[in-house]
Amino acid sequence: MKKLLVLLMLVAVSGACWGWGKKVEKVTIAGSTTVLPIAQATAEAFMDENDNADVSVRGGGSSVGIVSVLEGTVDIGAASRLAKDKELEKAKKSGVELTKHIVAFDGIAVITDKNNSIKKISLDDLRKIYNGTYTNWKQLGGKDQTIVVISRDASSGTFETFEGKVMNKEKIIASALNLGSNNAVVTSVKTTDGAIGYVGYGYIVPDVNVLVVDGVKISIETIKSGNYPISRSLQMYTNGEPKGMAKKYLDFVKSAEGQKIVAKQGFVEIN
Amino acid sequence: MKKKEKLFDFLVYLSAVCVVLALLGIVFSVFGEGVKVFKAVSFGDFLFNTEWRPTAEEPIFGIGAILVGSLVVTLGAMAVAVPLGLGSGIYLAEFAGSNFREIIKPTIELLAGIPSVVYGLFGMVVLSPFVQNYLGADIGLNLFTTSIVLGIMVVPIICSVSEDALSVVPNSLREASLGLGANKWETTVRVVVPAARSGILKSLVLGLGRAVGETMVVVMLAGGSAIIPKSIFSPVRPMPATVAAEMGETVIGSSHYHALFAISMILFIICFGLVLVANYLSNRGVEV
Repeated sequence: MKKLLVLLMLVAVSGACWGWGKKVEKVTIAGSTTVLPIAQATAEAFMDENDNADVSVRGGGSSVGIVSVLEGTVDIGAASRLAKDKELEKAKKSGVELTKHIVAFDGIAVITDKNNSIKKISLDDLRKIYNGTYTNWKQLGGKDQTIVVISRDASSGTFETFEGKVMNKEKIIASALNLGSNNAVVTSVKTTDGAIGYVGYGYIVPDVNVLVVDGVKISIETIKSGNYPISRSLQMYTNGEPKGMAKKYLDFVKSAEGQKIVAKQGFVEIN
Repeated sequence: MKKKEKLFDFLVYLSAVCVVLALLGIVFSVFGEGVKVFKAVSFGDFLFNTEWRPTAEEPIFGIGAILVGSLVVTLGAMAVAVPLGLGSGIYLAEFAGSNFREIIKPTIELLAGIPSVVYGLFGMVVLSPFVQNYLGADIGLNLFTTSIVLGIMVVPIICSVSEDALSVVPNSLREASLGLGANKWETTVRVVVPAARSGILKSLVLGLGRAVGETMVVVMLAGGSAIIPKSIFSPVRPMPATVAAEMGETVIGSSHYHALFAISMILFIICFGLVLVANYLSNRGVEV
């Protein structure tokens, strides 16, 4: 018993020493849950490469991200929207120089099954499908077929973007299917007559219809230019030009390697 | 020698303590995080409100529809599993020849060894398209599909536990019944099954616990709509699916996070209660 205790203490002490011995430089990130998967995945890869880096990522939403930078409680604030005028004003007052770093673009494709004759849709009609106003494709000029509405789990970033850009504060009908991943949505839409769903740009497959929304076809160009209505840039804000480890991390996110991770998460690369 | 014995004694004692500690750890962490949600929403609203909008601007945490989702999926699974499980259990214990039993029993128990994700995959790829294409459901991911797959998963539990209970019924009971002129069927239904009733009930309770807590299958097959189902082809959202699907991307420490813990807490209480009932039943043993 005693020996065991001594052993345990030894392990604990040596572990602590090892931790102290290293010079760790911390980077803290907080903000948008949409950017969270990018921040988390890049942080892990970054820490694998840099032994002395300790990047911690928290959520909270875009507002929390920007406010945290203004208050100086984090090094990097993640936001899925641009800073509002009010926030910029506040930054000026408190002497903070909000600096924007676009790390990815996010575009969401609206997809239906291959047999659906409807190829384009207005943002307004799309909202009316998702809030339950339209329940049959014939109301939109299609064939007489029930609309099977497929949505994503409420905590996913894809849901957040879709809700923000399409729903205009209206609620998505509760009977919509809530699937757990982009792939699950693609599979269900592919195999279900009358289904409609939405997925990140990176998840489009050939055997579904990708709807033209408000006259714009989704593509890397239209997402980047913002012409495609369900798209936005994802950014990280810092106070002035980043320094030290924060700069190293942001450079990593923007590098080819970091952008590969961005694409893997279903977002569009910046280059 | 004595030292060795003491050491062994201590080691097994230690492992028992570890298990208890693990349980306590789980209870404290789940309940500790779970009760925090009641700062944001009242207990009654949480349980009975049927609207679940955890990420809305003004979030609504009502698990009424989710509770109903769990309930109907479990009942559906039991509707599939009880006849199949009990039937095969009774058949194996009372009617099957010993050679045949040696083959069938391990086969049924093998069902219990299949990982749940494989069941889920089977449901997604085979059953769900079938339900959609031939039974007229709008979409194959629904209550019906989930119930069938969950039911098949529960069969081996009910079958093997009830078979065990039936096989410990003393032969003298069967002989007495047959001796009084009852035939094999009457003996089974009127004498053997009632004698083994607490064991059979235990098998049902254990099966119920399995069905309530199963996660992977409901994540993959239930469809995930937090609504009170209107038909057997409605998609539903049972408790484990909600926790599993949302925990990954929720913000740690938010009300949503605590609400998911509260759901786990309720799930834990239900399953724990079922295990207690099963234990109580198995302590009663065979009744004559």
